[in-house]
Amino acid sequence: MTELALSRGSLDRDRLLRLLQDYGVYAGVLVLLLFNFAFTPHFASAENFRTQAVQVAPVLIVALGMALAIGTEGVDLSVGSVMALSTSLLSLYLGYGPWIAALTAVIGGIVVGVANGALIAFVGVQPIVATLALMVAGRGLALVLLPQLKDVRDPGLASLGSGDVLGVPYLVLIAAVLAVLVAFVMRRTTFGRQVLAIGDSRPAARLAGLPVRRVLIVVYVCSGALAAIAGVLATARLTASDPTSLGNLMELSAITAVVVGGTPLSGGRVRIGGTVAGAVLIQLLTTTLIKHDLPPSWTQIAQAVVIVLAVYAARERGRR
Amino acid sequence: MLSVSHLSKTFPGVRALSDVDFTARAGEVHALVGENGAGKSTLIKVLTGVYRPDAGEVTYDGEPVRFSTPLQAQQAGISTIYQEVNLVPLMSVARNLFLGREPLGRLGLIDFRRMHREADEALRGLGIRVDVRRPLRELGVGAQQMVALARAVAVDARVVIMDEPTSSLEPREVKTLFGVIRMLRERGVAVVYVSHRMDELYEICDTVTVLRDGRVVHTGPLADLDRLRLVAMMLGREIGEVREEGMTKFTGSHDTEAEPILRAEGLTVSHRLSDVSLAVRPGEVVGLGGLLGSGRSETAKAIAGALPTDAGRVVVAGVPVRSGSTAAAIRAGISLLPEDRKAEGIVPGLSVRENIALAALPALSRFGLVDDTRVDRIVETFMKRLRIKAAGPHQKVGELSGGNQQKVLLARWLALHPKVLLLDEPTRGIDVGAKAEVQALIDELADDGLAVLLISSDTEELIEGSDRVVVLKDGVVVRELTGDAVTEDALMRAIAAVPAGGSDD
Repeated sequence: MTELALSRGSLDRDRLLRLLQDYGVYAGVLVLLLFNFAFTPHFASAENFRTQAVQVAPVLIVALGMALAIGTEGVDLSVGSVMALSTSLLSLYLGYGPWIAALTAVIGGIVVGVANGALIAFVGVQPIVATLALMVAGRGLALVLLPQLKDVRDPGLASLGSGDVLGVPYLVLIAAVLAVLVAFVMRRTTFGRQVLAIGDSRPAARLAGLPVRRVLIVVYVCSGALAAIAGVLATARLTASDPTSLGNLMELSAITAVVVGGTPLSGGRVRIGGTVAGAVLIQLLTTTLIKHDLPPSWTQIAQAVVIVLAVYAARERGRR
Repeated sequence: MLSVSHLSKTFPGVRALSDVDFTARAGEVHALVGENGAGKSTLIKVLTGVYRPDAGEVTYDGEPVRFSTPLQAQQAGISTIYQEVNLVPLMSVARNLFLGREPLGRLGLIDFRRMHREADEALRGLGIRVDVRRPLRELGVGAQQMVALARAVAVDARVVIMDEPTSSLEPREVKTLFGVIRMLRERGVAVVYVSHRMDELYEICDTVTVLRDGRVVHTGPLADLDRLRLVAMMLGREIGEVREEGMTKFTGSHDTEAEPILRAEGLTVSHRLSDVSLAVRPGEVVGLGGLLGSGRSETAKAIAGALPTDAGRVVVAGVPVRSGSTAAAIRAGISLLPEDRKAEGIVPGLSVRENIALAALPALSRFGLVDDTRVDRIVETFMKRLRIKAAGPHQKVGELSGGNQQKVLLARWLALHPKVLLLDEPTRGIDVGAKAEVQALIDELADDGLAVLLISSDTEELIEGSDRVVVLKDGVVVRELTGDAVTEDALMRAIAAVPAGGSDD
């Protein structure tokens, strides 16, 4: 009897843990929302939601690329620097019009991605080291191109940064479209399947004849391009190019969003929905603490707690 | 010097050692042999304190001992040289030699000058000339192994255990190694020597212990035992034993008239294969025979482009295949079912469906978008045809039994419509029922006109499944058995044969 009860109990615990892994992040978002509705004045206003969404958009876009990299059992530390590089290129080429400038910025991100991918796929450098190198190099290059903060005065970019469609800011719209796009790619394309197979078991993927190197390069190119887009959007919102501080610690926020969203660092699984929710969760957490007049150091501690919780929940997943 | 008696060790689900007696005497080189899973590694690990025995006694120097860590065993004078070198690659050769017992000068600092001088002397004594200041990893694997050996000798070991020390050595280095072993023997050190290479065993060892399925099947002087008997004991077969009726599900007869579809010519990989050639006809099952480490898996991997070759080429249906690329081999119609199913075969976190479709995805998609209906159709066909037992196509492959994982892998390859199937240990570690099913399936596939190359440590499976058997030994094709000559007897004789015109053949 006791044995039965015990096994029942552990089964329930297993199921609870799995539920926590799969839906914990959504529950977290929900709890924070309810808490704020109840206790935070002026929270339930369209204006507030717009602000929150606009603030989360760049992190979210970067996290999408990060999720791909983590899915292949890698990581991309260069995303913050890519944002800085992107803002430098943008303000440098703004004379040719906003479109050309934005395109140049994205190409810059792609180039960094190619460099990352080539180092990882062909030279065999570990992702953390390769992207660390590009993180340092990217920030340096950004500062060479644009040594200090510069105002960006362009009506096109300004409307990109603050305009909206039916009350939904462009930034949020773009982030949403990109999230849906990446989710679609992961779910429906050969590329998506190959990313997962490579992340789960690289020797098996290689022996199954998958183009492992090509997939890795494309993954880091995507990550670079997405970070560059985030850089353009952030610049448009701030109406200034600041390569010294833009994207600082962005890699850590993105990794946090991905991990909190339930994507394991061991690769083989990518949860785009979870990543979106993870980014939102961190944003809401920060807002909640700020709105209740707690010092910023508390925000950092709270983030740390969320990360530890997420890693704890993901712990069991490693043991297959 | 070091002995164990009535030793047993059980792992969850497996009895690795049962009632094993083993004695290594001073001034004697003791060969420890057995096929995969016989329990050699477990025994070594018990001797060196990595594992603790469930039952039985370890006696060292006349006294019962119980090593609870490898360090204790080392300090007691038991040195081990593992197959893969376990030194610190980034440290200098000298530091590796003296790791943990560095000569100290005044102030308790390392006396580098003395260390380098002594390291140099020690290595020169073994006939190795290297700069002892350079990091170890700059040395070749063979030289690294010699450094490991020098370390074992330098710590005044009284028992030295060598686990396949020659697997990565050049012939010249093997000679040096044997010189060192002889020196150790004269010094009164007990040497335990694990190897699959018959010639080496007979050259250097005095006594032999044969393990099979965790039991000692023979122990005694090696000189009294002829090669054929030794091979027969390792494989667990009787000499001259001829079965009228097989126990496996193979019919073992296929059309062998057609032109070969797969030709491998002169495949050479340094240390592993030299000049291996073979041909397989459509509808034929060719077995690759030989002991562990004879180059069977390497041959299959070289053909499938998973192991870069130094020389040789692979031709499928008259068209040469670019070497060193699995993708090229797959395009040419070669599929490899790898030996290590868990690490190199399945993608455990993906579903049965994704695993089956993995290799065929480009063909099942349009503009990079996966055509789900076609995938579903193929997955359903193969799950039915191969009788894959799973909760459904969306169950994770990691949760299936070994036999069903193997079937999923087979399905992955069959979905590509290959011309040649390379099967490396297709039935290892799967239960009896699934084994028979997989065997019947191989037969069926060959009947359908597929060319199959079969590797199996199960002699019975190999003999009954194959129309021909190519026998490998130390990376060289030593014999090809055809027709009525495909018998266990002939296979064992070919493996045991003394090389270069010996009398035993």
